[in-house]
Amino acid sequence: MKGKTWIYGDNVNTDEIIPARYLNTTDLKELSSHCMEDIDSDFVKKAKRGDILVVGENFGCGSSREHAPLSIKFFGISCIIAKSFARIFFRNAINIGLPIFESKEAASEIREGDEVFVDLNLSKIIDLTTDKEYSFTPFPDEMKDIIEAGGLMEYVKSNQFKG
Amino acid sequence: MVMTITEKIIAAHTDLGEVRAGQFVYADVDVCLGNDITAPIAIEQFETLGIAQVLHPDRIVLVPDHFTPNKDIKSARNAKVLRDFAQKHQIKNYFEVGRVGIEHVLLPEQGIVVPGDLVIGADSHTCTYGALGIFSTGVGSTDIAACYATGKVWLKVPETIKFTYTGQLNEWVSGKDLILYTIGKIGVDGARYKAMEFGGPVIESLSMDDRLAMCNMAIEAGAKNGIIAPDHCTEVYVNDKAQRGYKFYSSDADCNYFETHEYDVSALTPQVAIPNLPENVRPVEDLSDIRIDQVVIGSCTNGRISDLRIAAQILKGKKIHPSIRLIVLPGTQEVYLEALREGLIEIFINAEGAVSTPTCGPCLGGHMGVLTEGERALSTTNRNFAGRMGHPKSEIYLCNPAVAAASAITGKISHPGLIT
Ligand code: SF4
Repeated sequence: MKGKTWIYGDNVNTDEIIPARYLNTTDLKELSSHCMEDIDSDFVKKAKRGDILVVGENFGCGSSREHAPLSIKFFGISCIIAKSFARIFFRNAINIGLPIFESKEAASEIREGDEVFVDLNLSKIIDLTTDKEYSFTPFPDEMKDIIEAGGLMEYVKSNQFKG
Repeated sequence: MVMTITEKIIAAHTDLGEVRAGQFVYADVDVCLGNDITAPIAIEQFETLGIAQVLHPDRIVLVPDHFTPNKDIKSARNAKVLRDFAQKHQIKNYFEVGRVGIEHVLLPEQGIVVPGDLVIGADSHTCTYGALGIFSTGVGSTDIAACYATGKVWLKVPETIKFTYTGQLNEWVSGKDLILYTIGKIGVDGARYKAMEFGGPVIESLSMDDRLAMCNMAIEAGAKNGIIAPDHCTEVYVNDKAQRGYKFYSSDADCNYFETHEYDVSALTPQVAIPNLPENVRPVEDLSDIRIDQVVIGSCTNGRISDLRIAAQILKGKKIHPSIRLIVLPGTQEVYLEALREGLIEIFINAEGAVSTPTCGPCLGGHMGVLTEGERALSTTNRNFAGRMGHPKSEIYLCNPAVAAASAITGKISHPGLIT
């Protein structure tokens, strides 16, 4: 994953990511056209597919609406690097296969517009603009299995879900 | 091995016998909830699996409460997705308009969730049921789709923070104030990924409606679940409601807590959370000059009968301030009917308030009281994020029903003691 970064602060909530006035639809194209609208109304105009979000503490707090990570994923954001994620957003991102990484250091130091590369094999976040490297908190093995399957539904389909 | 109440309930829903905080488990789900916003995505996901039938139709609950009675064509389509799915899979716990109420008021009231259960819901306030000694947590649509197929959910067993409340509550101070106060102390991510366990003499003497209001807002501190050990009050509440057998669990005396907090709440006055986070909590006295445009009494936090009773007690024989719009939303049809019988609805209408059929409505800026730019609401709901109730430049203050009712009369944020 390689992309240009957009920076947002602490406690970005799901009402800001996708306001409730758009929750009467499940159409992914429509949802992604309103992605981040109430925190940054220009976001969908200025951001591009492949870009990376770098955010503060407790990203995605508030409601359980999967529309929030879905709107980000279908807009084309390649991954999110945060100081921390709110827990329902965290599990939704894992379940739908939106890559997310927790690194307090990376999330505090990376600046807007930096070119950032995430190396999954080496578990490293590399800021290509400043040439700095960061590590991220690894996922527990069971979560890795879900991520590697491509999300929870794929995991269920492959009969690996220990249900 | 010693365990917390949360660990015990999770353990009882696996074949592991015991579990520890931090452990990753697949747990059996007793009740799997979805609403008209989250279930359509779950149903689409489930249908990609190519499975003919859901595993346990009797454990699935579908509550179209957010945008119903349908506010527009798109929301009517979503509600139809639920209706058709319920019919196809013979899900009896589907609640049509006319029977529906706000999910987290409805499920405990109908005895669909019972003590000792493990409940997941594609709605963040699913944590409400912890008031009955249930492990219940908000998840996403994909989680419930997987549960439709497998009957299970993946969970990381949370660590627990124990909150003990001592002292004597002042008049007009409720469960809502205790939880606002607590969130004010620990912050909106103070319990992230954790269980919040509430106890102590103040909780023991708290009514079930107040306990439900407290556990409802555990998510506002980032928690996975809120929980209160069942006691006599729980027994009395569930006794004539429970649709299934139930079991009381409690934490072992020497169990491991991540943190413990003890609050003497004798001096506590009604609390108000100011924009734009539920952690921005102030005593009501500090905000007495703040004018408001709209007052909302309702929601899964404070839409229960005791909430309406206390609001009506204050509004009885009075008119609201001419510049205020008062919107009252009983949480369920049963709450509505009881409020009618007790004459509360008449009090609200005589006070010039608008009373609506049960719905989430304005709580999430859906319908029935959306705010425009620059407007300010005082609300008994649970979130005051910017734009939550409408325009991104509108404001929400959160409070208990007594403060809401008193402020509707004065037109500005007011202590209920000033009115009666
Ligand atoms: S009342 Fe508000 S917080 Fe509760 S379920 Fe409805 S929208 Fe969510």
